[in-house]
Amino acid sequence: MAETKKYIVGVFDDEDVLLPAVKKIRAEGVQIHDVYTPYPVHHLDTYLGYKRTRLGKAAFLFGATGTTLAITMISYMLGFDWPMDIGGKDFLPAPNFVPVTFESTVLISALGMVGTFLVSRGLGPGKKATMFDPRSTDDKHVMAINLDKNTKHSKEDIVAILKQNGVTEEPKEVDL
Amino acid sequence: MAGDKHIALSDLSQEKNFEFTPKLRKQLMTAIVVGAALLIVGIILWTQGIGLGGEHHGGGHAPEGHGAGGGGDEGGHGAFHWTKRLYAVLWHDSVFFTGIALVGVFFVAFNYLALSGWPTIIKRVPETFGKFLPITGVILLAVFALGGHDLFHWTHHELFDPTSPKYDKIIAGKEGYLNTPFFVIRTVLYFVLWYVLYVLLRKMSLKEDEVNDFYAYTKNPVFHKKSGIYAAIFIVIFAITTSTAAWDWVMSIDAHWFSTMFGWYTFASWFVTGLAAMALYVVVLKDHGYFKYVNENHIHDLGKFIFAFSIFWTYIWFAQFLLIYYANIPEETVYFLHRMEDFKFLFFFNIIINFAFPFLFLMPRAAKRKTLLVKIAAVGVIFGHWLDFYMMIMPGTVGKHSGIGLVEIGMVILFIAGFIWVTAAALAKANIIPKNHPMIEESLHHNI
Repeated sequence: MAETKKYIVGVFDDEDVLLPAVKKIRAEGVQIHDVYTPYPVHHLDTYLGYKRTRLGKAAFLFGATGTTLAITMISYMLGFDWPMDIGGKDFLPAPNFVPVTFESTVLISALGMVGTFLVSRGLGPGKKATMFDPRSTDDKHVMAINLDKNTKHSKEDIVAILKQNGVTEEPKEVDL
Repeated sequence: MAGDKHIALSDLSQEKNFEFTPKLRKQLMTAIVVGAALLIVGIILWTQGIGLGGEHHGGGHAPEGHGAGGGGDEGGHGAFHWTKRLYAVLWHDSVFFTGIALVGVFFVAFNYLALSGWPTIIKRVPETFGKFLPITGVILLAVFALGGHDLFHWTHHELFDPTSPKYDKIIAGKEGYLNTPFFVIRTVLYFVLWYVLYVLLRKMSLKEDEVNDFYAYTKNPVFHKKSGIYAAIFIVIFAITTSTAAWDWVMSIDAHWFSTMFGWYTFASWFVTGLAAMALYVVVLKDHGYFKYVNENHIHDLGKFIFAFSIFWTYIWFAQFLLIYYANIPEETVYFLHRMEDFKFLFFFNIIINFAFPFLFLMPRAAKRKTLLVKIAAVGVIFGHWLDFYMMIMPGTVGKHSGIGLVEIGMVILFIAGFIWVTAAALAKANIIPKNHPMIEESLHHNI
């Protein structure tokens, strides 16, 4: 069992309050763990200072692997290991290889991306869902602040900062 | 971040409307003069027999059709005459620019149907493209009247006469569709339908600009709703007519051959060209100080469109090629054989410039967001698809006598200048941003 972590959770009603709040809270030096919203809020990622995902680069590499794999496999099997005369074509008819190569590229890049995503987010079978407040799937924006990572501020300070920035109810402590 | 500031609708009044300045007029006039000069010099050289290619052919056998549908393969016509190539060049550019103009209207129409908000801010650019339709329509009909026999083998009536030695069973079997009156009716009908719907869509769009109270209008956006209806009608007509127009204007050049993919293939080529043209237009306008509120997210979406539909074109191109290659039936492969043997460089270059180039170049996110890179991609794609249409039209019409010389370059300059002239004049007549479009707010804050 991992140690439980202590979080302060603030609840916001309105994204127009949330966005400036994120900006101000970060400006105060408080590190925000994450914000859970019922729907995608534009610019939240930039306000939270998230870096752009590198999933695209991973996808390209997986895709290139798929292409190489398919071309190597088909050429070896149909061109060298067991050459067969199919429709009077050459033993290495490049156009015929295109559909399989395409499918293999798509398959490897898709599976690779799913795998990369699961690994990088620490997701997988048996993973317990992190739910700070179930209303984040309904109509509330829920901000979680990890107390262990904000040693510069006391718990009371963080609660005060949240209150100054428009939380709609008393911030509560959640242990996960 | 460009998109995270709130833009009030009243800020739109700061947007500079497009002006068709005397400077632009002068530049276009210069381009027209240069284009015309190249054209005339090229034609004079042609009349001297220079630059026509295949000079060593004697009269009477003209094998340029190579059996690929028999275009131009009419023995007894004597030496190759330069007018035939001129008609083919005109036909090529007219078909190509018809596509760009039509795709502009199509873009506006499908965005109405998809209720898509982001392109609202740039909507006026593709909207004006439709203004060019009547011009290409007239040119196409004129070329068909003057040079129909030169371009379309099937227009010769002796092919349909069983008693004639030139009787052609295959082409005669297509008489119900491929006959001159029906062809002309169809072509006229396409342009009338397309242009009428363009005019209606444009009219609604301009009327919307005159609305005084934006917020009252959004409660019942009548012009917007009507545009949606016209857009729906246009899309249905467009879906059918692009296919039939592709058969008529392009595929019937090689009248013996047919491909059920051809309508889609031509549409794909037109569509990606039109998207590249509007991206280029928007980016150039932005460089000249217009479109202050077009941000990199709009450019990104236009870039994605070019990227996506380059791949779509490749998919269609390949789907057509692979089946014919695999089945290996002589009457089908002759189309590709002719192009692969006599136009080897262009045949493979076509795939490089229209697939490999946009695919690899536009793949990184940054390439779709930087105006300079989008400009490079758009120019490459437009040029590539101009060559694609060249490859569709020239082998079956002028064959060995084709080439890209002074006349081809002069003609395309004339078409580009004419296209910019017509669309710029239309763009200057209205607000550059449709300020009362119900989705304008969404477009102003577009963020991806």
